[in-house]
Amino acid sequence: MTLLLTCFAAIVATVIWYTNEKARQLKIGTLCLMYWGASLMWLVDAVAEYLELRAEFFTPAAEDMLNDSYLGLSVVALGLVIWLAIVLVKDPKGTVHAAILKKHNG
Amino acid sequence: MACFIVPTTEAIVTTIAAKCVKKHEAAAPAADPDAIPFSEKLGWLNKLLWGGSALLAFEHVWHGEVTPFFPFLTAAADAADRAEMLHEMATSGVAMALLVTAVWGCMCAAVSRMQKRKKQAIPMQAEVQS
Repeated sequence: MTLLLTCFAAIVATVIWYTNEKARQLKIGTLCLMYWGASLMWLVDAVAEYLELRAEFFTPAAEDMLNDSYLGLSVVALGLVIWLAIVLVKDPKGTVHAAILKKHNG
Repeated sequence: MACFIVPTTEAIVTTIAAKCVKKHEAAAPAADPDAIPFSEKLGWLNKLLWGGSALLAFEHVWHGEVTPFFPFLTAAADAADRAEMLHEMATSGVAMALLVTAVWGCMCAAVSRMQKRKKQAIPMQAEVQS
C-alpha cells in the first residue's frame, strides 16, 4: 500500500509537472523526483518481500493494510511538507522576500 | 532495518561530486551552451536519492527501527540483529542504490538522445527552408 500510494503520488506530480508551467516554476520537479526515488526504493523492498513470502505477499492482513495505507498517506504528506519547505526557502517567485521587505518597510 | 543508509551514503557522495563538477563547469564553460550541464543531471540523481532516502527513513522511524538515541538503529544493539541488518544493507540497500542510479542513467541517456535529434533537426530545417 505504501508503494502504491507513493507511486500514485509520483504519477500525479509528474502529470502536473508536464502540463503546468506555473507548477514547474514552483519546483514541482523536485517533488516528482522525491516520490519517484521513494517509489523505486520501495519497489526493491516489495520484490525482496515477495521473494520471501511468495503468494502470501498479495494477501496481507487487513490490519497491516490499514497501517500501510496510513503510512503511505503520511509519506505523501511528508513529501509535500519537504517540497513546501524547499519552495519557501528557495522562493522562486520572490513572494517570501517581498512579504518580508513589505513588513519591514511598512 | 537500515537499508536506507546505502542510498543516503550514495547521496552524500553525489552531492559532493555535483558541487565539484559545478565548480569545474564554471571555470571551463561547455562548448555547447544548449546542452544540460552534467552538474544539473547529477542534481536529478541527488533529488532521487535524498528524497527517497528521507521518505524511507521516515518509514523506519514509523516502524520503530530508528531511534533518537544511540545507537540510533534498534537492530544495532544486538549482535544477531546487527548481522541481519548488515545483510539487508548489502542486498536491499545496494539494490535500491543501483536501481535508482540505473533509472537516472536511463533518464540522462534519453535526454542526450533527444538533444542530439534536436541538433540534427535544426540543420535539416534550415536546408529545407533554403
